[in-house]
Amino acid sequence: MNSLSKRTILARLLLTLSLALAFANVTLAQSAAPATPTETPTAAPAAAIPADIAKKLDDLDKAAKNAQMSGDNAWMLTSAALVLMMTGPGLALFYGGLVRKKNVLGTMMHSFILMATVSVIWAVIGYSLCFAEGSPFIGDFRYVFLKGVGAEPNGDYAGTIPQQTWMIYQLMFAIITPALISGAFAERMKFSAMLLFMTLWSFIVYFPMAHMVWGKGGFFNAVAGGVVPAWDFAGGTVVHITSGVSALVCALYLGKRKGYPNESMRPHSVVLSVIGACLLWVGWFGFNAGSALNAGPLASSAFIVTHFATAAAVLGWMFIEWMVAGKPSVLGAISGAVAGLVAITPASGFVKPMPAMLIGFAAGVVCYLMVSKVKQMFGYDDALDAFGVHGIGGTLGAILTGVFATKEVNDLRMGKPMGLVDGDAGQVVNQLIAVAISWGLAIVGTLVILKICDLVCGVRVNSEDETQGLDLSMHGEEGYNLES
Amino acid sequence: MIKLEAIIQPHKLESVKAALLGIGIDGMTVSEVRGHGRQKGHKETYRGMEYNVDLLPKMKLEIVIPNARQEEVIKALADAAKTGVIGDGKIFVTDIVDAVRIRNDDRGEAAI
Repeated sequence: MNSLSKRTILARLLLTLSLALAFANVTLAQSAAPATPTETPTAAPAAAIPADIAKKLDDLDKAAKNAQMSGDNAWMLTSAALVLMMTGPGLALFYGGLVRKKNVLGTMMHSFILMATVSVIWAVIGYSLCFAEGSPFIGDFRYVFLKGVGAEPNGDYAGTIPQQTWMIYQLMFAIITPALISGAFAERMKFSAMLLFMTLWSFIVYFPMAHMVWGKGGFFNAVAGGVVPAWDFAGGTVVHITSGVSALVCALYLGKRKGYPNESMRPHSVVLSVIGACLLWVGWFGFNAGSALNAGPLASSAFIVTHFATAAAVLGWMFIEWMVAGKPSVLGAISGAVAGLVAITPASGFVKPMPAMLIGFAAGVVCYLMVSKVKQMFGYDDALDAFGVHGIGGTLGAILTGVFATKEVNDLRMGKPMGLVDGDAGQVVNQLIAVAISWGLAIVGTLVILKICDLVCGVRVNSEDETQGLDLSMHGEEGYNLES
Repeated sequence: MIKLEAIIQPHKLESVKAALLGIGIDGMTVSEVRGHGRQKGHKETYRGMEYNVDLLPKMKLEIVIPNARQEEVIKALADAAKTGVIGDGKIFVTDIVDAVRIRNDDRGEAAI
């Protein structure tokens, strides 16, 4: 570094320092002014700040706000991109690898097409229904066609980022949630019915649920005057319970895949699923740490508890599978990761790292037993275990959030206890009510939607198409043309 | 003329090819096949679902040789394909009535 640039830096430092000192002096003077008027000979009275200093202060204030917006906005745009990456390619690969090779494209398309479909619905009306203030159950129409959604922050949600950033970040959640359901009806749902189902599901289940939990004046909104304040930091109820429970309803309504469980339904490529699961793990940092809605310390806390819970869940699933089934499978390890990510989602902004690991470990064990034992006991064909992982992991996480939430991490109640560990057992009850309503809405909503889809176009592919595979019968192409 | 049909482990294909080339057998047809003998496959488990995978991938080599070379070729092939564990495969021998080289109408042993 040459001496010139050193001098410039020194000059800038001095300037910054003097501005900061001026700022500090004035604040001191302002706060001290009523009590100690004797100091006035040296400190000018507040009213008489010279115009140039006042302008400098004003500029400084603006600069500080801009700096915070730049920092927060950078992180939130990154988070939005990370959450989109969870759907494509994350979930597309995770699910795509788990099906038979004749259905790989059809399954990946379920995720990919939602990246387009939900986006269009969102811009037209979805965002408004979720986040405009309306009734406790659904938003009104003030933001239709993204009217009034611009660079100005929306103070109701995130005061330091443009509302556009908040809007696009929330869109990514609205995309992945229905995509999760597709794991339950994999390999047997008509593409047309799937599109109709997902559109209706967004309107009837997701938008009301997102409004109730996160929207201003929403029924469960713990931050903005909800009736039953439940903690859901990043979407345990909104995303995972609704999608997971809807998945179970779909699996029961559509019935088993042809040949299940006697014919081989082995995953055609666990390799793809491993890549997908790793992308989900990385993308989830945007999902959970991004839910802090700024780049501050709460984002760091959510980031690390997400990571540790996931790590513990991998080990939980692996060890119980090793004990019960004799071998620690790779599919088990990556499924454990997803279970842990799901379970820590509602808790990620409220718990400390050690409880997070407990939540993750419990999710790994419980979800393993769910998909390998309970599912077979009942005999339903939740093809890719959307219910076993997201429904059960989400429910477990939502309840344990009420147990382990602590004011040491997130002091939303201004010093009052946040969860059972803080001494408030009532929060567990709130969580249970939120869980029950999410289950109820998902079950009733999904049943109605399936019935409508069945009447309009029929939900299930015919027998020949199912045998041929969705890639050829629905899309007219194949995933692997190795001889071409 | 006889035809040897050898079903071997896929990972032994390279050493079998080398062994056959080593004794001057330079024509062969290879296909990927699946099957099982006494080996009976193996068990795979995915999220608690158990699958018995009984048809395993194998390689099938077909070579046609003069009767006189039968034992020599079988020995070279079997030595190269052997691992000593179950699943090494089999060699079948059949009589061949005639052979035709399509390019120039050679017949019989001249065509192989």
